[in-house]
Amino acid sequence: MKLEMKDTPGQLVAALKPISAVGGNIIAVIHQRDTLSTAETLDVQIVLELPEGRLETLLGLLKEQGVSVVRIGEQRLLHQRSLILIGHLMHTDLSDTVDRIDQTGFAEVTEISLVMPAINEPSSARITVRSVDLADMHRALDILRSVAGQKQILMIEPLEAV
Amino acid sequence: MRIAILGFGSVGRGIARALAEKDLGIVVTALADSRSGLIRPEGIDIEAALARKEETGLCGESGVAAPDIAIHADYDCLVEVTPTDAVTGEPALTHIRTAIERGKHVVTSNKGPIALAYAELQDAAARQQVALRYEATVCGAIPLVHAMQEGLAGNTMQRLYGVLNGTCNFILTRMSEEGLTYEQALLEARELGYAEADPTYDVKGIDAAIKLVILANTVFGQKAVLDDVEVTGIDQLTPDALRLAEEQESTIRLIGEIAPSEKILRVSPRIIPKTHPLVVEGTLNAVTVETDMAGEITLIGKGAGSTETASAVIGDLIAIQSRHVQGS
Repeated sequence: MKLEMKDTPGQLVAALKPISAVGGNIIAVIHQRDTLSTAETLDVQIVLELPEGRLETLLGLLKEQGVSVVRIGEQRLLHQRSLILIGHLMHTDLSDTVDRIDQTGFAEVTEISLVMPAINEPSSARITVRSVDLADMHRALDILRSVAGQKQILMIEPLEAV
Repeated sequence: MRIAILGFGSVGRGIARALAEKDLGIVVTALADSRSGLIRPEGIDIEAALARKEETGLCGESGVAAPDIAIHADYDCLVEVTPTDAVTGEPALTHIRTAIERGKHVVTSNKGPIALAYAELQDAAARQQVALRYEATVCGAIPLVHAMQEGLAGNTMQRLYGVLNGTCNFILTRMSEEGLTYEQALLEARELGYAEADPTYDVKGIDAAIKLVILANTVFGQKAVLDDVEVTGIDQLTPDALRLAEEQESTIRLIGEIAPSEKILRVSPRIIPKTHPLVVEGTLNAVTVETDMAGEITLIGKGAGSTETASAVIGDLIAIQSRHVQGS
């Protein structure tokens, strides 16, 4: 989204605060000061992720801060699944496992939490897969299931979308 | 109504105790355990049989065997509660076939025959105009089959998923609550009598898969066999995996799932939010059914135990008594 705010100290922070308040995740802040500009306002572009249905709340909070939203760009609704993998994850090339999803172009692994106990003991990891739509998510999980099968990794799926 | 009880282990004795304590209008005319039997057309003294079993290990006379009772004794309904053999279904399968062919009703807690030969047995029962009931084969005391076949009659069952094995649920509860390893939790389950000396059946998900086959065939009208179920047990789970689930306010439970539209017939450990109704503690069972008219229904209760399983058997007996056996 593109925001317009007063060019005074503290304003940018004031604009970013509500984003975390609604559980959003800031991916990029683009803030170029035009040195020739004499305008008293500042344009800032923010790329962010929000939990579904929080956009209206965010817009309300921004307005309270005196920040006006000039334009809201494309909304990419993200589907997300967290899975747990158990097995010899490193020895079976975890980065290859992740690559198989990332290479698809329609889904990606956005987070991994890995726990490795003693050597030769199976390790456990929670991985988060994201995709743009649900069909892509199902395709990505199919791929992961078959990779897990090949590598003798136990894949624990959520009962519901979480 | 006159009944013959085959099997005088935990379930058989639970039924006998309940019949001795309550006036249900049910008379036991024959009784057998694996090594003895008793036929008394005028009615067996249940208290005495329980005491004899306790003292001598035998419920009756050594010359009388279960097959003799199935074939020759006088009864209206056979109660088949011998131990389960999931591969052959025997000897229960023969006992049940015999009773049906004689035009007798059958109530069983034995998973083997129902998982292996439900369609055949049901056809035979329909031909002989007798009832075949098997509430106790799935989820112990929870009246799941009754709820789906009678309470929810007319609904289309869209999906069923739940915790079908109390042993696994106990182990996972302990791993999650106390951070125990799988081996530690299993040991504890054994000490408390929740797990068999050979826990393979439970922890590999086979017991849950057999129950899933029974539900798929009896309630969802499928023709599934055990090999059709995609089965993953809980024996590979690590405390780390449970901790990772915990970090997202979730836990891991062994879930059996039937979803005909997606051709899913599966038993596997699943990540499930801790607030989900299926996250039950200890040895409890819990099942959710999704239907077209009633929406979602979740049933929670004790999945095993002598008295609990007897409850399901007696529920079936009374249903038969009130519908089929007039004036008894």
